Amino acid sequence: MLSELTTGQRQAAMVFLALFAFGGLFVAGFGGADPIAGHGWLVLAIALLSLFAVLTRYFDPEPAADRSGAYYDAPVKAGIIIAMIWAVAGMFVGDWVAWLLVNPNLTFVEEAWASFGRLRPVHTTAVIFGFGGNALIATSLYVVQRTCRTRLAGHLSPLFVLWGYNLFCLLAVTGYLWGINQSKEYAEPEWYADIWLVIVWVVYFVLYLRTLARRKEPHIYVANWYYLAFILVVAILHIVNGLALPLSWAQAKSYSLFSGVQDAMTQWWYGHNAVAFFLTAGFLGMMYYYLPKRAGRPIFSYRLSIISFWGITFFYMWAGSHHLHYTALPQWVQTLGMTFSLMLLIPSWASAGNALLTLNGAWHKVRDDATLRFMFLAAVFYGLSTFEGSFMAIRSVNALSHYTDWTVGHVHAGALGWVAMITFGAIYASVPWLWKRQSMWSPALVEVHFWLALAGTLIYVFAMWNSGIIQGLMWRTYNESGTLAYSFIESLEAMHPYYIARAVGGLFFLIGALVACYNIWMTIRTPQTASVLKDDVPQGRADPTLEMGR
Amino acid sequence: MFGLHYKLETKAIALVIAIIGVASIGGIVEIAPLFTIDQTVEEAPDMRVLTPLELAGRNIYIREGCNACHSQMIRTLRDEVERYGPYSRAVESQYDHPMLWGSKRTGPDLARVGGKYSDAWHTAHLINPRDLVPQSVMPAYPWLARTQLRTDDLALHLTRLRQLGVPYNEAMIANAAADAAGQAAPNTERAWDVADRYGEATNVRDFDGAHGAPTEMDALVAYLQMLGRQTSIAETPVGEAQ
Repeated sequence: MLSELTTGQRQAAMVFLALFAFGGLFVAGFGGADPIAGHGWLVLAIALLSLFAVLTRYFDPEPAADRSGAYYDAPVKAGIIIAMIWAVAGMFVGDWVAWLLVNPNLTFVEEAWASFGRLRPVHTTAVIFGFGGNALIATSLYVVQRTCRTRLAGHLSPLFVLWGYNLFCLLAVTGYLWGINQSKEYAEPEWYADIWLVIVWVVYFVLYLRTLARRKEPHIYVANWYYLAFILVVAILHIVNGLALPLSWAQAKSYSLFSGVQDAMTQWWYGHNAVAFFLTAGFLGMMYYYLPKRAGRPIFSYRLSIISFWGITFFYMWAGSHHLHYTALPQWVQTLGMTFSLMLLIPSWASAGNALLTLNGAWHKVRDDATLRFMFLAAVFYGLSTFEGSFMAIRSVNALSHYTDWTVGHVHAGALGWVAMITFGAIYASVPWLWKRQSMWSPALVEVHFWLALAGTLIYVFAMWNSGIIQGLMWRTYNESGTLAYSFIESLEAMHPYYIARAVGGLFFLIGALVACYNIWMTIRTPQTASVLKDDVPQGRADPTLEMGR
Repeated sequence: MFGLHYKLETKAIALVIAIIGVASIGGIVEIAPLFTIDQTVEEAPDMRVLTPLELAGRNIYIREGCNACHSQMIRTLRDEVERYGPYSRAVESQYDHPMLWGSKRTGPDLARVGGKYSDAWHTAHLINPRDLVPQSVMPAYPWLARTQLRTDDLALHLTRLRQLGVPYNEAMIANAAADAAGQAAPNTERAWDVADRYGEATNVRDFDGAHGAPTEMDALVAYLQMLGRQTSIAETPVGEAQ
């Protein structure tokens, strides 16, 4: 990977890393007793390790002057491997906290870092940003090159994006364990990590745009619209929701610029659209490339793609207030949120339908090929969970479902069923392509993973439907004398069997991810086959399955 | 329309601008008016600010991720009002940077938990919830009672919040560290000062039951005991409150 850099770029990287190490030392020194000092040391350690890595490759031969004849896949490969490491770590912590709700004494150590409240954001951040984010960055860099038939516009910047993004993820998860958490859901990292992510994101955006500018195709393929929307809107959301006043530049703690009801609305405008543009738009970009490629059929309808893309981009941004039904948020905002959530079903089902209709004529492949079946299942779960989401946004349904495990089940129907499935499909498709192998090492293990993932998801979602609805009903049940029938703790006791089932479902899913890691590892270790994918070069002919305007 | 789009997708910058434009509308229409429409947050003249000790407790609540399992937002539903008390008003969280309304009730809502249980109950419950509620799945927080509260930077906390619009005055900021200790040391000179500065309704007690410098347990219990008691607006009917 580093041997792709010219001597000048290697020098630039070393200067940057040295400055970064110095910055880390500075923060560590001035932070004193504040937890930010720990992050200073962490940055110092990572910068020095990276510096060392560059140094060991410093005298490697220079890369060829003109490399436009091949795609730049080193960052894509690294991103996929890193994504799988985060997947296992995040799912492991997720299952651990699931067992903590079965038996709270499973902490093993009575330390602050091992308590549920600190581990939970480690799980959410590791799976959403670690696994999902790295998979999105890696696949976007893969897809933008293939759909534009050009090499990435830069050699240092993709590595910076990957390195910087994972530094952000590390700052986030270590921070929670040390008690650095600004409490905003799915935006827990503190101000300095947030600022760092903005810098990384700007570089990512410029890299993406410059690569698009080099395209050999006149039209920008639909997958790139989604990746672009993901990059742009996540930036807007992240910056606005993250506005905060730090205690001082050498302290981790900050106070959010907004308070109370305005803060709640901003937070859920962010929170719901993190679902929309991180967990939906980005992964739709993934789907629009890998599904037609794997099925060998072009996307069913170009017009449906346009309608669903702009529908999602416009409608989603209004829907966040459905998280605040019956609260102190003014009713007109709640009603707008509910209305747009219902309208959102149209572009969502247009996307899901477009994906499923693309498979029409390739059903035998769905039957035989577990990789394509992952993508098919993802589209099905996408359709189901967007329907469920619109349904739960209805005020009277939300009265029952809100604050219960039903929401948790809904999130996981989307996160396991849609996001993880499409990612596994994309990874299984691209690993042989990237490492120039005929196929995955073991198609049978892909099959095993598929059934583990499906079983785990179903167990999880059914358990949470049951517990959520029972919880919601118990909270509002009245007895004959007109008083509440159940105490809170009785509703919690009733959850016990479902919490066990949920943790078992999660375990299935985790084992599936481990199987995937093993299979990917073995695929990389098998010898390269020379003859595959002769057209996978920028000079190759245009791919008919990716043609626009059909 | 599709012909127009066929042209749009040949221009990356046009696509970028279109995405930003289309995506911005929803947020602008829904969020911006919340800052300007007067009725969004009602008036509560008796609204108190958090004392330094309570604020420190709130930051511990955030640090430990309590908001992942406990909401602080009672919805306008009959069963919630009967279970947790009067529904939450916007003004009750107007000084909350950030708000802690929460989204999940693995444990009960805490918007009005203040005064429901004794300090001794909270302390024992936080040290090991299952000593008091055998079925509980809440984590134990035994280290809170052992850890001294950091008070030297509380003045800075108050300063920053004042810059964001929370009405702390000069005396409150100057005495922040002393007030944190005073609130947990009843019947002392410093304790009277706390009541003077923050109002007679402020809880001045030895929250964790252990004498000496305030611990993190003091701060967290002080915060919990204040929840729902910053203003009495929720007890007044909506019409009169306006």
